Amino acid sequence: MAEETPKIKVTIDNITVEVDPGTTILEAARKIGGDVTPPAMCFYSKLEGSGGKCRTCLVEVSKGSEKDPRPMPKLMASCRTGVMDGMEVKNITSPRVLEARKGVVEMLLINHPLDCPVCDQAGECHLQDLSYEHGTEGTRYEFDRRTFEKEDIGDYISLHMTRCILCYRCVYTANQVAEGDREHGILERGDKAEISTLLGKNLKNDFIGNVIDVCPVGALTDKTFRFKNRVWFTKPMNAHRDCSNPKCCGKVRLWMRGDEVFRVTARKDEWGEVEDWICNECRFEKKETKDWVIEGPANISRHSVISQGHYVNTVDQPVVIDKVIGKNPKLLLDIHDESDVNKPNVRLSEISGPAHSDDFEKKDK
Amino acid sequence: MKLLLEHAHVEGIRYYDTYRKHGGYRSVEKALKMTPDEIVEEVKTSGLRGRGGAGFPTGMKWSFLAKPEGVPRHLVCNADESEPGTFKDRYLMEFIPHLLIEGLIVSSYALGSNMTYIYIRGEYSWIDPILEEAIAEAKNNGWLGKNIQGSGFDCEIYVQRGAGAYICGEETALLESLEGKRGNPRIKPPFPAVKGVWGRPTVVNNVETLAAVVPIINNGGAEYAKIGVGRSTGTKLMSACGNINKPGVYEIDMTISVEEFIFSDQYCGGIPNGKKLKACIPGGSSVPILPANLLLKTAKGETRLMNYESMSDGGFQTGSMIGSGGFIVFDEDQCVVRHTMSLAHFYNHESCGQCSPCREGTGWMYKILKNIEYGKGKMSDIDLLWDIQGKIEGNTICPLGDAAAWPVAAAIRHFRDEFEWHVLNPEESQTRNFGLAHYADPLPVLAGDA
Repeated sequence: MAEETPKIKVTIDNITVEVDPGTTILEAARKIGGDVTPPAMCFYSKLEGSGGKCRTCLVEVSKGSEKDPRPMPKLMASCRTGVMDGMEVKNITSPRVLEARKGVVEMLLINHPLDCPVCDQAGECHLQDLSYEHGTEGTRYEFDRRTFEKEDIGDYISLHMTRCILCYRCVYTANQVAEGDREHGILERGDKAEISTLLGKNLKNDFIGNVIDVCPVGALTDKTFRFKNRVWFTKPMNAHRDCSNPKCCGKVRLWMRGDEVFRVTARKDEWGEVEDWICNECRFEKKETKDWVIEGPANISRHSVISQGHYVNTVDQPVVIDKVIGKNPKLLLDIHDESDVNKPNVRLSEISGPAHSDDFEKKDK
Repeated sequence: MKLLLEHAHVEGIRYYDTYRKHGGYRSVEKALKMTPDEIVEEVKTSGLRGRGGAGFPTGMKWSFLAKPEGVPRHLVCNADESEPGTFKDRYLMEFIPHLLIEGLIVSSYALGSNMTYIYIRGEYSWIDPILEEAIAEAKNNGWLGKNIQGSGFDCEIYVQRGAGAYICGEETALLESLEGKRGNPRIKPPFPAVKGVWGRPTVVNNVETLAAVVPIINNGGAEYAKIGVGRSTGTKLMSACGNINKPGVYEIDMTISVEEFIFSDQYCGGIPNGKKLKACIPGGSSVPILPANLLLKTAKGETRLMNYESMSDGGFQTGSMIGSGGFIVFDEDQCVVRHTMSLAHFYNHESCGQCSPCREGTGWMYKILKNIEYGKGKMSDIDLLWDIQGKIEGNTICPLGDAAAWPVAAAIRHFRDEFEWHVLNPEESQTRNFGLAHYADPLPVLAGDA
C-alpha cells in the first residue's frame, strides 16, 4: 500500500476539518459545506489557473499556521490560498469579510444589466444566488451601465457581453478543454475588457459548447435553447448515449418538459461545476428522447429555483450554524409564542383548500 | 552627494569610451573576482531598498531567489516606469545607459542569470535604441556575451519594449507581458523568486535599484550604508515636477528635509510667481497627497525628511510614502478635486480588468469625481467615494487597486472641505479655484536660501 500523506488540520469558522496538504481554503470549506463555504464566481476546480479574480471568496486568515501563527494582513482569495497545518480562517464570522464581500457583489452588479426577466440563465444564475445571499437590496450606482456592441460568435453560442463579469472561466475552457486554435479570449482592458473571438471568428471547436456550462451568468447561453423555456419549468433528467467522439463522455443532463427535450447540458456537481465535458454534437444536435438512454431525475443540490418547485431530488446543504457560533441560535422573538394564528383550534389539514381568516375566527364563537 | 548622477553631465557619457574613462565597469571587474554570495551580502550590508516604490530591501529579495539544480534563473529589469510624476529611470537610461548595463551585469553575476531582460515602457521608444547601442558597445568590449573578462560567466541582456500598459510595471504582469501574453498580474504566491518568467526563479528590480548596485560594489556596502539615515541608506533619485521653479531629476541623500528640497535653489528652487505651497504628492501619483502643513512637519511637529521612514511617519492618516520618487508640487491655484479626478481617470484607464473591485470601482470613482468637479455632485457622493475606495483597497490581486484607492482616500481625508465647497458652490467652482486651504501652507522660504 502506498504511504498515506499525513492530513493537515484547518479551522474554518470554528469548524475543524482534516484535508490533504495542497488543498485550498475554498476546497477545505467545501468539505464542510453549508454557510461557511465562500461563494466562488470565477474559481473552477476543473480549470487550471482559474480563480482569484472575482474576489467574492475573500476570507480572513486569523492564524497563518501552527508554525507561523501570524495572521495574514490582507483578506485572502480562498480559492487560491493553500491551507497550512493549524491555519485558522474566518469567513462568516468575520465582519471584515462580510463587508468586503458586500462590496464585491455591489461592484459586480453596477454594470450588470439586471435583465433577468429576459435572460435564459435566470434560475440557474450564480450571480442571482450571490446577490441574493450576499448583496445589498439597492444600488448606489447612478450612472449609465456599460454596454457593448453585439457580436455574433456562431450558430450555437450566444454572447451577451453586457452580462459578463469577466471571470475568465470560458477563456480557460477554450484553452484547456476545447484545444486547438486560440480563437476565444479577452480584448481591451479595465472596464472596457470584453470576451471576444479572434477577429470575429466563429467558435467551431467540438468542445467549445462547454463555455456555456462554465459561464456563471447569462453572458454565454445556448442559442438552440434561446427563449424556448424558463429553466424552472423544465425538469433535469440524467441521460447518456454512446457518443462517437472519443473525448466525450456522453453523460448529460436533459432539461425536459413532458417528453420534449429542450436543452442538453453537462452534469453538474453540487457546486455548479461540470462533472465531465461533453461535445457539441451531444449538446446541440441530439434533442430527441430517442437519442438518449434516460436514467432518471437528476439531483439538484444548489439552492436553485428549480428546487423551489417542489422538486423531489433536492439535496440540502448541511446546517452548520450551531458549530460556527457554538450553540443553536435563539430567536429573539418566537413567533410560536406570539401568534394565535399558529395555534388555531382548527386542524389545518382538515380544511380543503387554503385557510381563510374565517377558519380561525371560529374558535372565538 | 551624487553616486548615480556623478558624471551625468559629462559630454559623451552615453558612449562607452567616455563612460569607461570616468571609472565605468570598474564594479564588474571587482565583482567578477568576488563570489556571487559575497555580492549579495554586500548588497544586504548596504541596506539598499527597492527604488521602484515599495522600498523592499534588495539584498533580502535577492536572497529569496530559489536556486533549484539545473533550472536557469533570470534577472529582469523593470524599466516600465509609468507612474505619473515619475521620470527618474528615463533620465538614467537616456543619459547614462551604461550605468544600468553595468549594474545589470554585476547583479546578473550575483544572481546567476545568464539571460537578463530589460522590460522598457512602450512609450520610451527613443530610449530602446540607446540601450541597444550601449549593450552592443558593452558586448564589443567584452563585458557581455560568453566568458566575460575570462571569468567563465556568460550573460546576455535583451531589451523588450512594452505595449503601453501601466499595469505591466507590476512585476508579475510584467513577466506575463515579457512571455508574450496579456499583461494581467499573476496571483501570488507563487512569487517570482520561485516561479517567475517561464516558470523559472526570477528577480525583478527597478532601474535605479540596479544602477545603485554599481557604487555599492565600487565603494563597498558598508560605505554605502553610511550615506543617508536609519534604514534609508544611500541616495535616491527624485523626479520633481509641478509648480516649482526647477523641475527635473535630483539625486538626494536621504537626510535633507522636504522644505529644503522644495525651496532651496540646489533642488526645486521654490514655487514660481510668489505663490504659496498648497500640497504635494511626494512619491508618484499613487501615494497619498499631503497638505503643506503635514508635508513639511509630521503630526508630531518634527521636520519631515526626504526618506522612507520620515515620509511615512504617521501612517496614511498624516503621512505618505516616498514611493518611486515622483515629487509633484501643487501651488495655491491648483484644484485638488480636479487633480483627483484626473488620477482616478488614469487608474480607470489602466486597470487590467481582471478582478472585480478594481475593474468596476475605478470607473465608478472616476464618474463620481467627474460629477463633483463639474458641479453635479451631491454631499453623499463624498461619503460614497470614501466607501468605494475602502472596498477596493486591499481586496484586489495586485497593488493597482490600492494605488487607485489611496489618492482618492487621501484627497478626501485632507481636503474634504474643498470637495464640499465644490458640491455647495456648483457654479462658482466652475469659474474659480478653492484656493489655499486654511491649513495648507505656511512656511516661509528657507532663511538664507533666497
